[in-house]
Amino acid sequence: MLSANLALAVPEIILAVGALALLVIGAFAQKQTTLIGGASVVVLVAAAVAAATQPFGTAFGGGLISDAAATFAKVAIYLASAIAIPLAQPWFERRGMRTFELPVLILLAALGMGMMASAGDLISLYVGVELHSLALYIMAAMHRDNAKASEAGLKYFVLGALSSGLLLYGASLIYGFAGSTLFSEIAVAAGSEANTGLLFGLVFLICGLAFKVSAAPFHMWTPDVYEGAPTPVVAFFAAAPKLAAMILFARVLADGFAGAVDQWQQVLVAISLISVAVGAFAGLVQKNLKRLWAYSSIANIGYALLGLASGTSEGVQAMLVFMVLYMIDVTGFFACLAALSRQGRAMETIEDMAGLIKERPAIGFAMTIFSLSALGLPPFSGFFAKIFVFKAALDAGLWGVAVAGLVGSVVAAFYYLRLIKVMWFDGSQGATDKPPAEANAIALASAAFAFPVVIVALYWLNDAAATAAQALGLV
Amino acid sequence: MPILSLVTFLPLVGVFGILALRLFARADDAKAVETSKWIALASTLATFAVALLLTFQFDPNNPGFQFVEDVPWFAGLHYRMGIDGISVLFVLLNTFLMPICIVASWRSIENRVHEYMAAFLLLEVLVTGVFCALDIVVFYVFFEFGLVPMFLIIGIWGGARRVYAAFKFFLYTLLGSVLMLAAILWMIGTTGTASIPELMTYQFSPEAQTWLWLAFFASFAVKMPMWPVHTWLPDAHVEAPTAGSVILAGILLKMGGYGFLRFSLPMFPNASDLFTPLVFALSVIAVIYTSLVAFRQTDVKKLIAYSSVAHMGLVTMGIFSGNATGEQGAIYQMLSHGVISGALFLCVGVIYDRMHTREIAFYGGLVNRMPWYAAVFMLFTMGNVGLPGTSGFVGEILSMTGTYQVSTWTAILAATGVILSAVYMLTLYRRVVFGTITNPKLETITDLDWREVAIFTPLIVATLYMGVQPNIVFDLTGASVDQLVRVYQAAIGG
Repeated sequence: MLSANLALAVPEIILAVGALALLVIGAFAQKQTTLIGGASVVVLVAAAVAAATQPFGTAFGGGLISDAAATFAKVAIYLASAIAIPLAQPWFERRGMRTFELPVLILLAALGMGMMASAGDLISLYVGVELHSLALYIMAAMHRDNAKASEAGLKYFVLGALSSGLLLYGASLIYGFAGSTLFSEIAVAAGSEANTGLLFGLVFLICGLAFKVSAAPFHMWTPDVYEGAPTPVVAFFAAAPKLAAMILFARVLADGFAGAVDQWQQVLVAISLISVAVGAFAGLVQKNLKRLWAYSSIANIGYALLGLASGTSEGVQAMLVFMVLYMIDVTGFFACLAALSRQGRAMETIEDMAGLIKERPAIGFAMTIFSLSALGLPPFSGFFAKIFVFKAALDAGLWGVAVAGLVGSVVAAFYYLRLIKVMWFDGSQGATDKPPAEANAIALASAAFAFPVVIVALYWLNDAAATAAQALGLV
Repeated sequence: MPILSLVTFLPLVGVFGILALRLFARADDAKAVETSKWIALASTLATFAVALLLTFQFDPNNPGFQFVEDVPWFAGLHYRMGIDGISVLFVLLNTFLMPICIVASWRSIENRVHEYMAAFLLLEVLVTGVFCALDIVVFYVFFEFGLVPMFLIIGIWGGARRVYAAFKFFLYTLLGSVLMLAAILWMIGTTGTASIPELMTYQFSPEAQTWLWLAFFASFAVKMPMWPVHTWLPDAHVEAPTAGSVILAGILLKMGGYGFLRFSLPMFPNASDLFTPLVFALSVIAVIYTSLVAFRQTDVKKLIAYSSVAHMGLVTMGIFSGNATGEQGAIYQMLSHGVISGALFLCVGVIYDRMHTREIAFYGGLVNRMPWYAAVFMLFTMGNVGLPGTSGFVGEILSMTGTYQVSTWTAILAATGVILSAVYMLTLYRRVVFGTITNPKLETITDLDWREVAIFTPLIVATLYMGVQPNIVFDLTGASVDQLVRVYQAAIGG
């Protein structure tokens, strides 16, 4: 029986054993950071392969689910984490911090995120959320000589703890009223219309998760943390954790409250619309690009939530495609920022980018592609991401919300255009330093994915997302 | 052979060539700059040759779509291309104007030539794609992506207020387009297909038609542009470089009219019928009001820009007349306006390149120094006024005749626009060309050089030939327009 359970948890075991082993090795061989980083990438890729080839089923009394949705999310999460290591480690080393803990923390975060994707009850949900959050708090503050990074880590921690509190409170209410922590049994208790107690708990749970995906009005920490945390770390936690939280979101709602769609739909529609509005309008006044992209991510999470709010399998599929394409965009954008510096000083404000297209045509081109993609302009990946979400919302009858979301994207278009304007129209501010090879490569590869690779990749991605969405309990 | 994909994507070869040059040549390498101009010219000319071949192979008796390509894409979407009598000439017009734009920019664009040429070639791909797309999503991709090269062209190589103009252009058109996108997605969800021919035969309920029509109207009216959402156009025109204005007036504006013909009329006939009075009213206002505004302009380019809005008013009127005369007139007017307004912007470009100002008051008496230029400018001025014998006449008379059959008053009011256009165009011509030279700076101005003659010759030929031989157009468009009108009239029970 135990072996049957463990067979469904192979990726988690690989990651846990790998992380602990590398931690021990690191403690004795502190200088071998490159080796540990490389080994971590191998562990993550191995976990991704294990996740892709895993049998389906439930283990540990329903606490851990292995299905197409979990597989889809895990492969994406592990690979995104694997990319984060070569991006972040050299960045820290160039700043004199040879830390072997960084890859280990990324491994632990990936383990937590994988658990979120596989969570079948409220307890594994909470454990997954906490495990990945704690790793992220540390990573945000890892650049410890930097006051802003410390501030970011602390803010992230305090507000993250608050959201965990909300999450736990909601979970305990749900447990109290449903009599079980298993999603499948909560679904039975909730039926087609959840009672007030369950609903109360669900709303708290949604608030807690909305914190994690940084949806408005629970977004306050995002701009500060993005601004303060080291750029390559932001590239990591703006991408994979968002997907993990969204898949968890989808699983809680689809497996636990599939019958009560009408009830949670309103909450999600509200959060989605507020996020789009906040992301669009607050982004207009930002000068720092990391803050700008924080607001951009708030708006984009609003669109992803719109897919989920449709309450259909089509909507979940659209959300999954959206999140994967968005992850690649956001990783690429922050890789661009990590690649750019002028006389050793990081280029982080919009003005710093003036004339970039002349200085660094390749990176400038990549940033243009990411901006247009985030704007949702065809034929870049962000367009295809958005149209499926909007189509799902329209098919679910949420046409007013969809139109409002589209209009929000026109408002947001202004700040993306301003970035393009600065890069293309304005005069240069002086030579930039030679970009580090790894950030450059990741930025350009992501840009190539955003267009034109996406055209081909969507064949496969869309089918995989469809299979994943069908595994969840929505019609 | 997929000839439509070929004619659409052929300029991409040039884009890649130029980008390779840009990446591997030094920025100040004059030889590379020269090469990239030649690459641009060669690829636009090759594309034009393919488009000519396409036009000759086109079967004018077949009202349906020809040269159809259909490749399944992901998620039930398809890559579908095809043209009919309505779109074939727009493809030709676009590929015809592009080499002219490249030559017109030969000397006047001095910085970032590689990027400029690549942007124009990319624009050509996207505009041709708009006219060839037979799938509504593919159409939208081309339609929307076209904003980006145009945004860069205005913003990088434009005049003093170029940034403002570029943003205004982009955001105006984007706002219109996203509403259309919502409508497109709803249509796909409801009908289960994104194929334009299939959507044309699908009968939407009258209520749905109303909403869909309005959403599409939001996009096409901005693109057209119709009064009162036309204000981006004068700004964009004034700030764009000459070739940018040519493409904007010559081609991009036609996308709006093409959209009405391709989507609004055949897919939402009842709503089109319902909103015809609205369109007529806006068209009449556009014709009269913007003509008056044009008359008051002190900037040559702005004057011609407002004149474009007025002429597009005649086009929308013709389109929504719902009869074959009006539709033919509208299509003819669009093609003719593409040639004539393009030529007028080139005329402005000629003197702007020499004097670097577009103030009407600066000029006067040019005929004394530039007789050839005066003759060319005169021809296109007359074409814009709609003098018989030029292509402008045919389009105007037909769209007004078509409108007269359904709404006498609209046609009569619009006819005043013809008089007004004579007023402002002839005044402009008199002030710029006639008289004696009063501004000493103009004493040394030189007449057209061989390069400019080469630009204007094809445009003159086209204007005059279309003016006396309109049948070359009607032969091609006839069958498709007749079918469009037949289906439309059947749907509205007329």
